Amino acid sequence: MRILFKTSYTDDIRLFPDRWTLAVYGALMALAFALPWLIDEFYIGEVTNVLIWAIAGLGLMLLTGQTGQVSLGHAAFLAIGCYTNTILIEIGLPFIVAFPLAGVITGVVGTIIAIPALRLHGIYLAIATIALSILADDIIVLLDPWTGGVSGKFPDMITIFGLEIERWTMPVRFYYLVLAVTVICTLFYRNLLRSPLGRAFAAIRDSEVSATAMGVHILRTKCKAFGLSCMITGWAGALMGYYAGAFNNETFSLVISITLLMMIVIGGLGSIHGAFFGAVVVAFLPQALSILKGATIGGSVAIPGLETGVFGMILILFILFEPMGLYGRWLKIRTWFELFPFARKDMFRRQKSYLKTERLR
Amino acid sequence: MSLLEIKDATLKFGGVVAVNKLSLSVEEGEVYAIVGPNGAGKSTVFNMISRFYQPHAGTFTFDGQNLLERAADQVADLGIARTFQNIELFDHATVLQNLLVGRHRHRKTSLVEELFFAPRVRREEIAHREAVEEVIDFLDLQPYRDKMIAGLPYGVRKVVELGRALASGPRLLLLDEPASGLSVEETQDMRWWIDDIRKQMGITVLMVEHDMGLVSSVCDRVLALADGAKLAEGTPAEVQAHPAVIEAYLGAGAV
Repeated sequence: MRILFKTSYTDDIRLFPDRWTLAVYGALMALAFALPWLIDEFYIGEVTNVLIWAIAGLGLMLLTGQTGQVSLGHAAFLAIGCYTNTILIEIGLPFIVAFPLAGVITGVVGTIIAIPALRLHGIYLAIATIALSILADDIIVLLDPWTGGVSGKFPDMITIFGLEIERWTMPVRFYYLVLAVTVICTLFYRNLLRSPLGRAFAAIRDSEVSATAMGVHILRTKCKAFGLSCMITGWAGALMGYYAGAFNNETFSLVISITLLMMIVIGGLGSIHGAFFGAVVVAFLPQALSILKGATIGGSVAIPGLETGVFGMILILFILFEPMGLYGRWLKIRTWFELFPFARKDMFRRQKSYLKTERLR
Repeated sequence: MSLLEIKDATLKFGGVVAVNKLSLSVEEGEVYAIVGPNGAGKSTVFNMISRFYQPHAGTFTFDGQNLLERAADQVADLGIARTFQNIELFDHATVLQNLLVGRHRHRKTSLVEELFFAPRVRREEIAHREAVEEVIDFLDLQPYRDKMIAGLPYGVRKVVELGRALASGPRLLLLDEPASGLSVEETQDMRWWIDDIRKQMGITVLMVEHDMGLVSSVCDRVLALADGAKLAEGTPAEVQAHPAVIEAYLGAGAV
């Protein structure tokens, strides 16, 4: 059993609450850094894919897990980030400027879209944002001169101060780039969580009425959440463009939006870990499925819709039996070991909530 | 001049007149209670002060400023904090985080500073924490500091909600049924806290309460409300003995 003695207020504020956590995340960081020496280039590519999904997951997590606003339109923001980044580089900006700017522009666009959309709640917001995903496809085709329309675009090689990075020929360099972006996004997320804005997000998620009474401007704060979420998603989109090597109007479809949402639910809503756990599932499930299929009924047999079906099933099972996601399960296992033998079965049972003051809406 | 002054407030929901030409004034430093049968419009008065409801007529003045010019989220900035009848806490956050949301109106840092967790954010966080710790000490919430709201018993949640309102450093505290659902001991604690809030912290309290024992022991003045209109106003003893109040509660002929 680990016992924490807190002796100053910074103990609760700093990035790592104690030495043990620092050691664990330090080791994880070292492992991530040493990975190219440990596994071969194909798997580095796969890990890069996981990290890109995790960044996108962090983006949506900020909005859905933290602020409680569902969005099925995040594929559109992946697309905006991706196209903005490519276009900015084409007009001559260096990557080091174009890439951050692409995220910021996506964030600004997101905020503008959020102002009308966020007047809707729950399922209605989800439906409104589906429209975004569908519209994005058409808008990309309509803006042919800039976006390349149906024939799509091929992102140029990344150059940072003369250092060339390319996904296919230099996967290790690309991996480090993605890793750096992942760390920065995770730090942003963490910093928000321990500052007033992050708490205001959680306040809106749990009770808009009392958040208002505490002086939180609901629409403005939601717009900030949407903007920040879109900014991170935009970065993920730009990286996805490089990872895919080519993209057109169909790359960022509604299915991507749904996969993203599924990912954070499976991973565990409202936690940074959840985005990463979910990304691992989403990125490796297709591979795992094809290996399983090969072992059971032979790899040559095509089963249309198998992946989507299994995804759906997993999602339903998680909502029914593990609503806190993989991270929730991990917490339960960890608590069991930490408290051994004092853990009780109903420790994580949610108490029935009391009547909410819904009539004020 | 009174701290809070309401004149001729009227609010209708369709054909129902919830509050009818109600006037009241709360002086700085007093504990003022609104009592009345269910549906009398007590919480509606609170929701008008919090600006959740827009009154159809009447004036609301707080410390010389027109309350009706403020949006609901700007009321806290004036120094008005409140609790809710059906506890409205942030369930999936810890007690500490809930209390820190109470400090929201005192934040000075910008979005970019918070993204990078600038030194100023750290300094402010520590200042907020110190303010919150004082509330925790005052309300004896130390054992629950890092506990999730979702797992706390009802009585503790009630106290946490009071704490969140206190953390915002208000001048006027609106308590909507602070003792409802509390045990006898918890009600007794609540009574002492309300006394201390007034005497030690100098905060004016306006509360809605059904427990006449609590009302008569802590309140300076009481207003009895029925069907949205004022029945009687005065000291707890005066109001309890007022014939119109007895009639509203017990029916005519009960005296």
